[in-house]
Amino acid sequence: MKRLGSCLTLAAAASILCLGASLPASAAWEPTRPVELIVPAGTGGGADQMARTIQGIITKHSLMKQPLVVINKSGGAGGEGFLDVKSANNNPHKIIITLSNLFTTPLATGIPFNWKDLTPVAMLALDEFVLWVNADKPYKTVKDYIDAVKAAPAGTIKMGGTGSKQEDQIITVAVEKAIGSKFTYIPYKGGGEVAVQLVGQHVDSTVNNPIEAVAQWRGGKVRPLCVFDSKPMAYDEQVADGKGWKDIPTCKSQGLDIEYVMLRGIFMGPKATKDQIDYYVELFKKVRATPEWQDLMKSGAFNTTFMTGGEYASWVGTEEKRHETLMKEAGFLAQGN
Amino acid sequence: MEEIANLFQGFAVALQPFNIAVMVLGIVLGVIIGVLPGLGGANGVAILLPLTFSMPPTSAIIMLSCIYWGALFGGAITSILFNIPGEPWSVATTFDGYPMAQQGKAAEALTAAFTSSFVGALFAVVMITLVAPLVAGFALRFGPAEKFAVYFLAFCSFVGLSKEPPFKTIAAMMIGFALAAVGLDSITGQLRLTFGSTELLNGFDFLIAVIGLFGLGEIFLTMEEGLRFQGGKAKIDLRVVLRTWMSLPQYWMTSLRSCVIGCWMGVTPAGATPASFMSYGIAKRVSKNGNNFGKGEIEGVIAPETAAHAAGTAALLPMLSLGVPGSPTAAVLLGGLLIWGLQPGPMLFVEQKEFVWGLIASMYLGNLVGLIIVLTCVPIFAAILRVPFSIIAPLILVLCAIGAYSVHNSTFDVVMMLVFGIIGYALKKCNYPLAPLVLAIVLGDKAEEAFRQSLLGSQGSLGIFFSNTLVSSIMILGLIALFWSVIQNGFTRLRTRTAAA
Amino acid sequence: MTTQQSHNVGPSHKSVEAGVTTVIGLFGAIVVYGSVKAGINWGAEGPKAGFFPFYIGLFIIISSLVNIWNTLREDDGSLFAEWGQLRQVFSVVIPTGIYVGVLPFIGLYVSSMIFIAWFMRWLGKYEWPIIAAISLGMPVVTYLIFERWFLVPLPKGPLEDLLGL
Repeated sequence: MKRLGSCLTLAAAASILCLGASLPASAAWEPTRPVELIVPAGTGGGADQMARTIQGIITKHSLMKQPLVVINKSGGAGGEGFLDVKSANNNPHKIIITLSNLFTTPLATGIPFNWKDLTPVAMLALDEFVLWVNADKPYKTVKDYIDAVKAAPAGTIKMGGTGSKQEDQIITVAVEKAIGSKFTYIPYKGGGEVAVQLVGQHVDSTVNNPIEAVAQWRGGKVRPLCVFDSKPMAYDEQVADGKGWKDIPTCKSQGLDIEYVMLRGIFMGPKATKDQIDYYVELFKKVRATPEWQDLMKSGAFNTTFMTGGEYASWVGTEEKRHETLMKEAGFLAQGN
Repeated sequence: MEEIANLFQGFAVALQPFNIAVMVLGIVLGVIIGVLPGLGGANGVAILLPLTFSMPPTSAIIMLSCIYWGALFGGAITSILFNIPGEPWSVATTFDGYPMAQQGKAAEALTAAFTSSFVGALFAVVMITLVAPLVAGFALRFGPAEKFAVYFLAFCSFVGLSKEPPFKTIAAMMIGFALAAVGLDSITGQLRLTFGSTELLNGFDFLIAVIGLFGLGEIFLTMEEGLRFQGGKAKIDLRVVLRTWMSLPQYWMTSLRSCVIGCWMGVTPAGATPASFMSYGIAKRVSKNGNNFGKGEIEGVIAPETAAHAAGTAALLPMLSLGVPGSPTAAVLLGGLLIWGLQPGPMLFVEQKEFVWGLIASMYLGNLVGLIIVLTCVPIFAAILRVPFSIIAPLILVLCAIGAYSVHNSTFDVVMMLVFGIIGYALKKCNYPLAPLVLAIVLGDKAEEAFRQSLLGSQGSLGIFFSNTLVSSIMILGLIALFWSVIQNGFTRLRTRTAAA
Repeated sequence: MTTQQSHNVGPSHKSVEAGVTTVIGLFGAIVVYGSVKAGINWGAEGPKAGFFPFYIGLFIIISSLVNIWNTLREDDGSLFAEWGQLRQVFSVVIPTGIYVGVLPFIGLYVSSMIFIAWFMRWLGKYEWPIIAAISLGMPVVTYLIFERWFLVPLPKGPLEDLLGL
């Protein structure tokens, strides 16, 4: 009964007003209305999970006086969400969590949006990409895999990924270029589905995020070959067949010179004041310090780089350039629509 | 058997007082979510997900899955009372449920819907309990080609049913396909049919179309006939429930067939929507009351509800064992599992026994609790129809507007809802069937996506749809369903000829 | 009121149906046009984005042609609806249109209050106290359920800003 009581109290606290909020009095600006956290992707995806975890953490630890509301605006590969925040001039009660579609969606669809229309707040983490193959396939190393792809006629090896002209397909094209062969890229709606298609051998390899494929790895159904980052992932806890995330070599060290990480960051509408940005930066610093956040980072083997301000903005700027080049080379730019 | 022992341990977990309280709370919240259009199961679970963080994982998932059951039950209520389905899989329930309500048989329709939901879910849970590991592997065999075959079968078992002129049926269905195509093309990542408008980026959500076409269209039709609502004289007491129950066993064949269809669709995982349409279509063909379907035949409520609930429940199996969600709601539940550090997948059944069997036990109990709660409320729900039209109509209109708005938080959608309402009124008056249109909106883009994914994999060869026994047999079933009336005619002719000879 | 005269007259079913069918045909043409812009051939990645919608649009046009032919051929002289009935329908459609139109500007709550009150007074002829109870009660309940319990923000206008909600 006591547990029920505490649960109800929590629900009440969440739904009415977080009375016991404990923010330093020095904060110059504070939300006066519920804050909307826009997710430019569907319910159940990686960004959505992260947003809802943040919402849960903020509620549980009473980090804000006003409630945080998660809203999915996934239309047009997230374009709907970006345009919504772009038009939220002078509305400090709207923030957005982004993924790579911050760059790819405007480039591929030609919608009138650029990340510079928004105000960068903070980078929360970077999501890794791993090259996965079915565990029943003979290739144990990147070299085996590359040899097999080269030996097969162009286009007969199938690569599965999430979405079209987005991060997964960009990596696929980069791999094609590095190997000098062609894949057939098959887009699916979500990362979980991609992983299952790999287990069912409907595709030959994928570039899933760790969190999307870890269950199948632990079940011995898929095998990671390499990670598309500059250094191996930091988590050395054992995951499957005596290996941990840390034991997956970088693709570069295996002769596949490609690096790609995906931004999980927070932006807010244009014309945000410094006080407002500072408020959110402080908030997310507190979120990152909670054990729940660290659990999420560990289960998804995230790269936990944290950036704010000018450093963050210049990182985003570089990434935009890179995406533009990559997408141009791949022929993914919108042809005037 | 080890499973049974595990299950009893699961019951012990689920029967803890705290978990029972959580269960009841979840069901009630779920019914509210299901009744309010726009707050569908997926949204509802997503919204309430953060509230469960402070609970132990087993209690939390029990609560969330009970919200899911509640929403499944609740979806039928608005479908039957106001012709407004809150979820794609309740669309087929309106076809006969709403006519029944208009004839004053709302309580019967609700009882039949709730009971068949329960039967469908129970069947699926039993299947999960007994054959989980066997069935889980089946989902792996479903690639894009197999999925397309399933959608094809759903369309085939449904078309050719309407009595309207064939070219009007075709036109209506094609309008649905065209509306489904608006927005981002998921295969090429390109925008289409948006004509540069940012409002159209999203395409047309099924819910907005359905609220307009069915809900508003119906209110306009009622206005034309004068200010009355035929359901007003509905008799309301709990004895109706018992009386309806007495009549249900004679439809055991329909129920069983719908259960099997539902489980199959849930496991594959094509989901509850094709299951409900397929089940309705097949029931109409096979039933001896087939001609009454669409005019308020109780069997037309039983078939889709049983299948939808069986599929909705069975969809949790691939979610737990493979980590692939069978429905949007399951996708959100999946996110919840990850947040609690439970990794769905092949190892979940091995490593988290207490959790898995607690959840399965809660499926039994949650559905039972849900059935009891909603059945006792049948008279209350049916009494809503007694409220005078000039009070209930503006309230429904406002709720529809809220529903349309909260799908994408866009006021443009509210305008679209009204446009669809006028279209629905005009089309209905001009004898265009609305059901194929809605079916096409709901399944159109998924079918196209699966079709094109298959062709990508086969490098353009259509042979992929007959490349193995599984996909070929589904496709052939679809073709049989499509030409069923022709085949049937042929048989009768053959029989009369042999009889004559 | 000219109800005496307007009884038993109204637009003919034939003309309305021809109109509806033409609109559907035009819709098909728009779909075809949009598909051509998106590309309708069979590209390197299989069919292009406009491939299916193009044929869907064609189907719409063709079936509309058949339908309009059938409509014009058969004339049973029936009415679509009487003018009086249509007036009833429009007495709901037009206020709903206004409601939907002003909703983004004055917010959902205020517009719903006015809309419900209007509907009950105009069509139901209720007493003001009942009207006030329902038209004020509904938005309040909505507010509590959506904004407070489920944390779903609904459109708000100047009044809500003033109240600080």
